[in-house]
Amino acid sequence: MGSGKEKTAKLPEGGRSSSEGIPSGTQSQFRKGLAKLLRNKMAVFGGILILGYMVTAIFAPILYPGNPSAPNLMRSLERPSWEHPLGTDELGRSILGRIIYGSRVSLMISLGVVSVGLLIGVPLGLISGYYGGKVDFILQRITDMLLAFPGFLLALALVAILGVGINNTVISIGISMVPIYIRLVRGCVLSVREQVYVEAAIAVGTPDLRIIRRHILPNVMVPIIVQTSLGMGTAILFAAGLGFLGIGVQPPTPEWGAMLGSGRGYIFNSPHVATFPGLAIFLAVLGFNLLGDGLRDALDPRSKI
Amino acid sequence: MSGDHLLSIRNLKVRFRVYEGVAAAVDGVDFFVEKGETLGLVGESGCGKSVTAMSILRLLASPPAELEGEIEFQGKNLLELPQDELRKIRGGAISMIFQEPMTSLNPLLTIGEQIAEAIVLHQGLSRQEAWDRAVEMLARVQIPSPEARAKDYPHKLSGGMRQRAMIAMALSCNPNLLLADEPTTALDVTIQAQIMDLMERLREEIGASIILITHNLGLIAEMARTVVVMYAGKVVEEAPVRELFSEPLHPYTQGLLGSVPVIGRKFKMEKKRLQEIPGIVPSIFEMPRGCRFHPRCHRMMDICRLEEPPMVEMGQRRRVLCWLWA
Repeated sequence: MGSGKEKTAKLPEGGRSSSEGIPSGTQSQFRKGLAKLLRNKMAVFGGILILGYMVTAIFAPILYPGNPSAPNLMRSLERPSWEHPLGTDELGRSILGRIIYGSRVSLMISLGVVSVGLLIGVPLGLISGYYGGKVDFILQRITDMLLAFPGFLLALALVAILGVGINNTVISIGISMVPIYIRLVRGCVLSVREQVYVEAAIAVGTPDLRIIRRHILPNVMVPIIVQTSLGMGTAILFAAGLGFLGIGVQPPTPEWGAMLGSGRGYIFNSPHVATFPGLAIFLAVLGFNLLGDGLRDALDPRSKI
Repeated sequence: MSGDHLLSIRNLKVRFRVYEGVAAAVDGVDFFVEKGETLGLVGESGCGKSVTAMSILRLLASPPAELEGEIEFQGKNLLELPQDELRKIRGGAISMIFQEPMTSLNPLLTIGEQIAEAIVLHQGLSRQEAWDRAVEMLARVQIPSPEARAKDYPHKLSGGMRQRAMIAMALSCNPNLLLADEPTTALDVTIQAQIMDLMERLREEIGASIILITHNLGLIAEMARTVVVMYAGKVVEEAPVRELFSEPLHPYTQGLLGSVPVIGRKFKMEKKRLQEIPGIVPSIFEMPRGCRFHPRCHRMMDICRLEEPPMVEMGQRRRVLCWLWA
């Protein structure tokens, strides 16, 4: 019954109605994936969380009209009230306002981090997997070395070299993600490279670069997308970790990790100062991880959820 | 017309240096292909047919493959050609059809895009012209409503349709030589016949030569003009197709032909069982001394165990690698 319905529903667009735009084949594949994703309640929950954060980040000035960094020492460490729904910190700044503006910082950092990871890691992984041989060997040994450090430790070491600040935070966490992308992409390329259609592409005389771009990269996109979603969560966590230690984004910029770090001293008297930024970090990371897991299940052609 | 060789393979050796040792997959193969002819390359699995075809376009990854000898095509030795010139020949003058139509198309590109890709690469046409040409090629391989099919992704097409699409791709640049590596193995019999008809017709239209690799002797009988029989990396017999079937010289060829079931034959009293070649193909790492076929040969002589047999020329494109005829 269900399948019959689907068939009739698909027919009109299966024909040649759409001459431009996405051809019917991908559309139905894409829809299948989307439907699978929407059926996964946890993934939807994660998606809603992230969407919430994105809306918050974009409309921060509307949601909190004041300056989140302006101190007001007369009102420091206030409990949640009507005026300051999440209370104020030791300098009397609204914690809600700082969390709202902090979402901008955190999302920017995580976007920057995965961009660095993608831009460096994906090309290197493609080259390593496609060409093999000596290039592969050297790249993989370097990757081994980088992967031998726990990611956070590597980011920490890089901050120690580069210095504190938002740009260096992005660069160091980004570099700590590069080896993960290299490994992931290389592994996928190795399996795609053995496909007959790649051999066929070689046999029609397609240049290497074109084979990589047209035949290999699109076929390894799914794990890259999943890794990127999971990586955004990790990036937020790492950035917060660096902020907490005082070597990430510097005050007075509102950053969740730094807020958590400064609130730590008041945990017994004014627990709200540390609790709410911690909750913000927790929900953001949870959102990205749930969405990433959902994407993995939805885009995996073998899973039949 | 013996001077009209499109492709000559001379003393081709392909070795794979792997962990277990050195595998000599092809060991001193030579044959030539005339213009416009279909040459059948037959033999058991693992005898080196596909490796021979792959080495013509240098498609084997090296390492581990090591190639030696000479493959002359239009006056050039393909084994020594620089990469960029080789790339022009691949898909241009020589194209290839693969064994598995189900996996030889990229699932993320439409059929039309994939055919157009080869055309853009070799004929320098614009995207739109190449697309039109791709649609035209799809029509020529008798795919119904080619405009719509060109926009489809491979998963929507059946195996026979995909193989047609592959043929369209292979023929889109009017190749001089088509390498067909078991083009119909994965297809059912009626589709097989259609595909072979199609290839034959297109061969005549374009005037290309075909190297048809198969273990289907029926196909060879119908399609090929000359047949090269391979066993364990060597050419053991070459003959015009009629002569091969009427009078096979090598005991291996005789065995191959004898092992084809003929409907109705079992009613003859003298032949209750289908004939077979006893034993199995020797391991690629431990080839028997002397003639490689001797452990399985029913006419084995003492000398076969000791010395490699000579290639005996028996006439126009007729030769056999066997002590029986020396």
